[in-house]
Amino acid sequence: MQGMMIARAKELLQNGTVNRVLGWQTGEFVYDITPAVFETAEELDEKFVYNAFCGNNLSKYLVKETKKDGKILVFLKPCDTYSFNQLLTEHRFDREKVYAIGIPCDGKTSGEMVKSKGLSGITGIDEDGDNITVHTIYEDKTFNRDEILEERCRTCKSKKHVAYDELIGEDGEVLDSHRFDMVAKLEAMTPDERFAFWRSQLSKCIRCNACRNVCPACTCEKCVFDNPASGIAQKAAADSFEENMFHIIRAFHVAGRCTDCGECSRVCPQNIPLHLLNRKFIKDIDELYGDYQAGAEVGSRAPLVNYTAEDVEPSIVYHREGK
Amino acid sequence: MPEVNAYKPKIVAFCCNWCSYAGADLAGTNRLNYPADVKIIRVPCSCRVNPMFILRAFQRGADGVILCGCHPGDCHYTTGNYYARRRMTLLFSMLDYLGIEKERTRVEWVSAAEGAKFAATMNDFVSTVAALGENKRLEDLRCKE
Repeated sequence: MQGMMIARAKELLQNGTVNRVLGWQTGEFVYDITPAVFETAEELDEKFVYNAFCGNNLSKYLVKETKKDGKILVFLKPCDTYSFNQLLTEHRFDREKVYAIGIPCDGKTSGEMVKSKGLSGITGIDEDGDNITVHTIYEDKTFNRDEILEERCRTCKSKKHVAYDELIGEDGEVLDSHRFDMVAKLEAMTPDERFAFWRSQLSKCIRCNACRNVCPACTCEKCVFDNPASGIAQKAAADSFEENMFHIIRAFHVAGRCTDCGECSRVCPQNIPLHLLNRKFIKDIDELYGDYQAGAEVGSRAPLVNYTAEDVEPSIVYHREGK
Repeated sequence: MPEVNAYKPKIVAFCCNWCSYAGADLAGTNRLNYPADVKIIRVPCSCRVNPMFILRAFQRGADGVILCGCHPGDCHYTTGNYYARRRMTLLFSMLDYLGIEKERTRVEWVSAAEGAKFAATMNDFVSTVAALGENKRLEDLRCKE
């Protein structure tokens, strides 16, 4: 797959369709993959990678990249295409300046996941179909892909590309993902249990803002969390209220626009399951206002900038079952 | 005689300028009783209320927050309260999801002619919140006296 992608990227660079390529390269460690822009065929040969660790959603980078001259080639996994569409819906970048290639995804893992299996001193990683072999300075260990998938990939919502100029490989289907199971489990708890659960999670927050910075839906030029007058700008949360406030507002600002790509949870250095907040909004929207998948199509109207005269009253919150 | 030191909840009521604020006025001119613990904040429309306002009210010491606006369909700006309705439904649901007592928040539609409803709503809401006691789960200790 990586070879095919490099070959195609070189072709497009050479015939002048694009002048840059947005992809992934290895960071400080082999499992530490980082997004990168390539300008020449040599750079592609030398650095470009695509493997089970390329979890980064590249769509957000288009907002800045399309402001530069020339067209850019971007590789999009199925879940990235939803963010791509959502950003287009919000007119955040110029579609004319992007050449999008859809690539298949068998689910991604991460350095964190591999380390959680008790490995350290990782020196290399090999992929052969569904077998992922991790080389460390002590031993080599082979995993089945399913064993070390990230949570968001175990509950993958879709293998179908919803936006692309061309595809490499086969397109998949929208999946029945059971992604709301954990939300439903939390909803079935008593308020005291829920409060204890979220306190134990959110109190870990160090306010690094990584969840905001990586989120493809968070593309405001000026963020409320950077406003010094907001009282919650650019500093560690001082008490439980600020932790709650930051996470409620962060999730609320992307409610109805969140495509559930799961980047927030992936980047969280404290492993807070932030996607459970976003999924709660998605689940509520689906239940109360009809099924809606942000980014499934360009130009759809997000539920929170829409209404019907027959919408349920907020008092429904007091009466819903399982609460 | 009520107890002198009886707990009195602090309630913030966001009232839209066109209906509910006038409704509160009518309650006053009709000399209807409702607790003095309700602090009314006038907003141009119920949809002016950002979810942050609600959280901020709790931070600054409110024990309950109620949003009052025109009845759906009667908004002075035609559609404002429809948007507010969706927003508040999701926000309240999220607060409940985080384990914060859902009875502390409420939305009620009160028209300019419903002074009696305004007073009854406030009486009911204050007694509900009083039964819950102080807001502990969404408090900010730095804002406590």
